Amino acid sequence: MISHFLSLEWKQFFRSSSFSKSVGAKILIGFFALYFTAGFLLIGIGGYWILKKQFPEQDPLVLVNSFLMYVIVADLMFRYLMQKLPVMNIKPLLVLPIQKSKIVHFILIKSSLSFFNIMGLFFYVPFSVVLITEGYSLEGVLGWLASMILIIQSINFFNFLVNKNNSVLVALLLLLIFGYLIQYFNWFDLPGFIGQGFDAVYQSPILSLLFLCMVIGLYMVNFKQLRSEVYLDALISEQTKEINSADLSFLERLGDLAPFIKNDLRLMWRNKRTKSSVWMIAMGLLYGLFFYPNPMYADMEFIYVLVGIFSTGTLLINFGQFIPAWDSGYYNMLMSQNFKYERYLKSKFTIMTISVVALFVLGIPYVYFGWKVLLVHFAAMIYNVGVNTHVILYGGTFNRKRINLDEKAAFNFQGTGAVQWIIGIPLMILPMAIFGLINWLIGFEIATVTIAVMGFVGIALHKKLMATITKKYITNKYVMIHAFNQEN
Amino acid sequence: MIQTTQLSKKYGKAEVLNIESLEIPTGQSFGLVGNNGAGKTTYFNMLLDLIRPTTGAITNHDIVVNQSEDWKNFTGSFIDESFLIGYLTPDEYFDFIGDLRGMNKADVKVFLTQFGEFFNDEVLGKKKYLRALSKGNQKKAGIIAAMMGSPKVVILDEPFANLDPTTQIRLKKILKTLTDNKAVTVLVSSHDLSHVTEVCERIVVLDKGHLVKDIETSQETLKELERYFSV
Repeated sequence: MISHFLSLEWKQFFRSSSFSKSVGAKILIGFFALYFTAGFLLIGIGGYWILKKQFPEQDPLVLVNSFLMYVIVADLMFRYLMQKLPVMNIKPLLVLPIQKSKIVHFILIKSSLSFFNIMGLFFYVPFSVVLITEGYSLEGVLGWLASMILIIQSINFFNFLVNKNNSVLVALLLLLIFGYLIQYFNWFDLPGFIGQGFDAVYQSPILSLLFLCMVIGLYMVNFKQLRSEVYLDALISEQTKEINSADLSFLERLGDLAPFIKNDLRLMWRNKRTKSSVWMIAMGLLYGLFFYPNPMYADMEFIYVLVGIFSTGTLLINFGQFIPAWDSGYYNMLMSQNFKYERYLKSKFTIMTISVVALFVLGIPYVYFGWKVLLVHFAAMIYNVGVNTHVILYGGTFNRKRINLDEKAAFNFQGTGAVQWIIGIPLMILPMAIFGLINWLIGFEIATVTIAVMGFVGIALHKKLMATITKKYITNKYVMIHAFNQEN
Repeated sequence: MIQTTQLSKKYGKAEVLNIESLEIPTGQSFGLVGNNGAGKTTYFNMLLDLIRPTTGAITNHDIVVNQSEDWKNFTGSFIDESFLIGYLTPDEYFDFIGDLRGMNKADVKVFLTQFGEFFNDEVLGKKKYLRALSKGNQKKAGIIAAMMGSPKVVILDEPFANLDPTTQIRLKKILKTLTDNKAVTVLVSSHDLSHVTEVCERIVVLDKGHLVKDIETSQETLKELERYFSV
């Protein structure tokens, strides 16, 4: 039976169409995974000596223990947001002659092998090895390591229990803040107290059996709950919430673009994939804070261009690169409706332009880092409106990948193709290069003006450019319809 | 009038559709039947210019569909759920389609009041997205949206599938009134022989992409079709 499940998992992984298609995206994911594992591994190996050097009078193990409370709470919150029980794909198994308890066991055991649980081991295992070679007691370290692994597993199962309950997250957050405050004002050393508990585990490894009991207990609770919920109406169906639709009638003044723009705003607010992109805007807006406070970049004025383009253009880039794939789910319908394609593209252009200007306005406080910054940001805004909007709309004609709006955005590379990577060159590198070159050869003012002038030229040619882009969309119509009809 | 001449569609070597000639006069209620893979949906998709024909062309009221887009002004259609925008509520969806079809909010409201019975209080005014509706209710929304903006041609692929019996009967009534004054051409495909014979004046049978029967509906049509398909 287990072998059946395993072979299904295997096929699911290798036969998913995203697996064979986007090699570039996979390399990137692989790179991320490698980056994280390497990072943990390095800290795991080097952590002991780093701590020893920084805090020579303290025992590194005790130090690590005193921080474990934060690690545990942070881990729990991270999982709460990222990790969900993988239950959706068991639907077809329910009617087959397989005992439900077996299915539940399989789901739970599978979850305990997830990436989230393996990650931490890359730190704990090498750290333990170092401890042993440094003369710590073998039994003690092994007991400690076992406790860590068991705690990770406990968090794993605990997470599924709290996942159904929003108030638990708030409680966790409060606990974290409370713990921090306690530490900060030195009322009572709660993390230290918990740390002492872990010290005790090292002293008498037999205590790690307690954590074993905890895992078993949590597993049993999870099992019981899941077993009673393996029905279509409980676990597997997603609940539909009552929704409230915002009144967007103020957009009517945009004339015949209004219906499309209203739809796009709803698209952004109402779908998982896009909703998380909205948060990216906040991140993009604050992008400059990575660079400007750092005196290292003070003389590198071409960085201003990068930040300017990026912070005024986050929505342009995040939203624009998947035009028209956002509408792939109902592209057939759009194509049999009565409207001019230019109107559709124009509405996308309008959204991007409004966002660029709005983000520039929100970014005005960057003037704190000097008037030059604001000046370059202004030029970058013009460049975004005049050049980048058109470039990204043109790039959209190469989109051939369907996007499922109901899937989350983090680490979701669905819809990503080579275009999304290549388009970054004219979008950001080109203005940076031009600015950098002129700034070096002639001067700052001319360089800034050049970027702005390029933008103004784009705005002047807007009608012509749109006509060309529209033509390109129309010639690609059938290919796009066909591609968007391919389910993943 | 919808004219089809020398129409064929090939994917590689496999020919999925080949219609020598087919003429659907204005105001006719036209039914398309055939087993799976007969080419019904392919034909409708070509009529909507979503797929290009390999040879031949379809002319919709004197407009060659893959040369001009003007047919969109007077053609309403619902092929499948991919014609719906899942993240809109039905009301917002109707407003959107109405907007594209030159109706203002008040027009849309007036238009929709005729179909209160058809929706059976399960579609309008509900605080739910289209993607959260049942298949049947999604279909109801799609079918009615296809009739917005007084189209001259209405194309419905499998409109009866997924609908409950009461709604099927109501839909038949709606389709009949639509063609009452012989101004609107209705094209319907279905696997349910009794439904099409009831609704359509003319029934065309497709088999593996070929037109094999062209029947003016009469008392015997249902029997004839059942005989044909019970092989």
